[in-house]
Amino acid sequence: MKGIGASPGIAIGKVLVKEETKVEVEKKSIEDTKAEIERLQEARERSKEQIEKLYNHALENIGKDEAKIFEAHMLILDDPEYFGQVENKIKSENANAEWALKTVTDTFVAMFENMDNEYMRERAADIKDVSGRVLKLLLGIDTTDFSNLDEEVIIVAKDLTPSDTAQMDKEKVIGFVTEIGGRTSHSAIMARTLEIPAVVGVEGILEAAQNGDTIVFDGDEGEVYVNPEEKVIEGYEDKKKKYEEFKEKLEELKGAKSVTKDGVEVELVANIGTPKDVEGVIRNDGEGIGLYRTEFLYMDRDKLPTEDEQFEAYKEVVEKLEGKPVVIRTLDIGGDKELPYLDLPEEMNPFLGYRAIRLCLDKTDIFKTQLRALLRASAYGNLKIMFPMISSIAEVRQAKKILEEVKEELRSENVEFDDNIEVGMMIEIPAAAVMSDLFAKEVDFFSIGTNDLIQYTTAVDRMNQKISYLYSQFHPALLRLVKQVIDNAHKEGIWVGMCGEAAGDPKLIPVLLGMGLDEFSMSPISILRARWIIRNTSKEEMEEMVNKVLNMATAEEVEKFIDENISVL
Amino acid sequence: MVKVEVELKNETGLHARPASLFVKEASKYVSDVTIIKDDTEYNGKSIMGILSIGASKGDKITIKAEGEDEQEAAEALKKLVESNFGE
Repeated sequence: MKGIGASPGIAIGKVLVKEETKVEVEKKSIEDTKAEIERLQEARERSKEQIEKLYNHALENIGKDEAKIFEAHMLILDDPEYFGQVENKIKSENANAEWALKTVTDTFVAMFENMDNEYMRERAADIKDVSGRVLKLLLGIDTTDFSNLDEEVIIVAKDLTPSDTAQMDKEKVIGFVTEIGGRTSHSAIMARTLEIPAVVGVEGILEAAQNGDTIVFDGDEGEVYVNPEEKVIEGYEDKKKKYEEFKEKLEELKGAKSVTKDGVEVELVANIGTPKDVEGVIRNDGEGIGLYRTEFLYMDRDKLPTEDEQFEAYKEVVEKLEGKPVVIRTLDIGGDKELPYLDLPEEMNPFLGYRAIRLCLDKTDIFKTQLRALLRASAYGNLKIMFPMISSIAEVRQAKKILEEVKEELRSENVEFDDNIEVGMMIEIPAAAVMSDLFAKEVDFFSIGTNDLIQYTTAVDRMNQKISYLYSQFHPALLRLVKQVIDNAHKEGIWVGMCGEAAGDPKLIPVLLGMGLDEFSMSPISILRARWIIRNTSKEEMEEMVNKVLNMATAEEVEKFIDENISVL
Repeated sequence: MVKVEVELKNETGLHARPASLFVKEASKYVSDVTIIKDDTEYNGKSIMGILSIGASKGDKITIKAEGEDEQEAAEALKKLVESNFGE
């Protein structure tokens, strides 16, 4: 079976299925409605105790954001209107508590699910989670408990809710596989945070796997086997061993230079989303930050972050990096990332719409607040500012003009900042790539965002599974654009980085080296592997290979050529 | 009974954090708290009730308090809205 690799590593172990108890609720006639209401109250009280425990557990073991979810659950449990309606139903219809709760809940859930606001739709999930908990307590059904496990297990579930992941025993859960979800769903993000392998979106896994079955999977490739032949298990045990041996070998590269066999040094830096991620960068010996996605500061909350909040986050990152470069990208919201509290109208084509720099140049108060915070933080380390989604020269000029205004403001307030701060832009729109010779005169550096550049160059929606076969980082059109951008940048004497998935792709790294890429930015966990590849590659040899690759007709041809002639892994 | 009319001037309106702040504040008083918008009444101590109003920036709402401490309740809630929920 195949799903989406959500968190790398190989897991081999016993299945523990998270039961999706289909709770059947029937209407029953009740004589003593007072006692029924008391039963409801009791279940509510016990739910409160459970949620409080989960809140504390999440706060200690996972983080504040995860814990916040349970704060919201608490508020729902305390809702007098909600439970008032349930009690009324019990009284007026002489009904059992289970049925009354379910009926009222369904009305609320339907109401929230029908709202045209993502934030509200998410609340429907909260209501379901809370009512499900109360209902199970009423019915005396045990919730699968992942906190007290005797042996190592791999959890198989339809999906994992925050209630599940918050109570998970990290020592015993060695992996998980879910039926639904994508790389950015809650389960996937949690797996990466907890650093355990996971595969999500495996259709039919719940039918295929039962408690006690042996399950084997690869969290990179997304391959999943239930009760495979001995041969397959052996193969994966081997792979796991190799993976772990290779990881050990990589450990030795900590502190080594990222330099090719023929002595060309490049920069290996990391993509991060929050200051918390810096830990992983330092652990994996990253040489800086090539992309700090600031939108996470704006997400999962209900209002804009203040200048001081942002300043603290940026300052924390540059200080922890101790003078190493930190490229911070200004707000890139819109497209697949929404901010419910800005209440932006839904668009037909969000990826071609009002997002990123377009939004910032329009809502200049939001933009200026961020630029002020960035400039203030620049006094504490080596900070560089990067603008996303640039498609025209006018946008860069406008953004730079606003930056100058903000600098002037800070000067007049005698606030310290780095006056020579480097300003760069993302190359993720074909228009910018094609015009990169002129853009190179406007900025201090480029960073190529391959994920969007592929999507826009090939007109392939990267979220659309039906056409995902067309989406490839080996597409010759992409590679030609990348080469063109690098050459144009070097002509003007500026440096070029890359911060899309391609920069960490073991197959593409040698090709990108041959093209002359100066900086590679990737997930922290990919850094040492990339260093190993770079140290085993000769740039001069690759330059010749690049000429061949650039003349190939299809992505398949390119990939095959790399596999056969270039790949060092 | 005390009634006050206020305008929502904060970015998020009566969503998310402001909604929970409103509920938490209203729940401190014994008086019944009601929010009236477009002639419909909503329970001011119910998070789900308030969220279902869907009130955004620029909307006008009426806060009604009824009970022993109605004066204090209305006063405090009016202040909360006018402070833009501390945004």
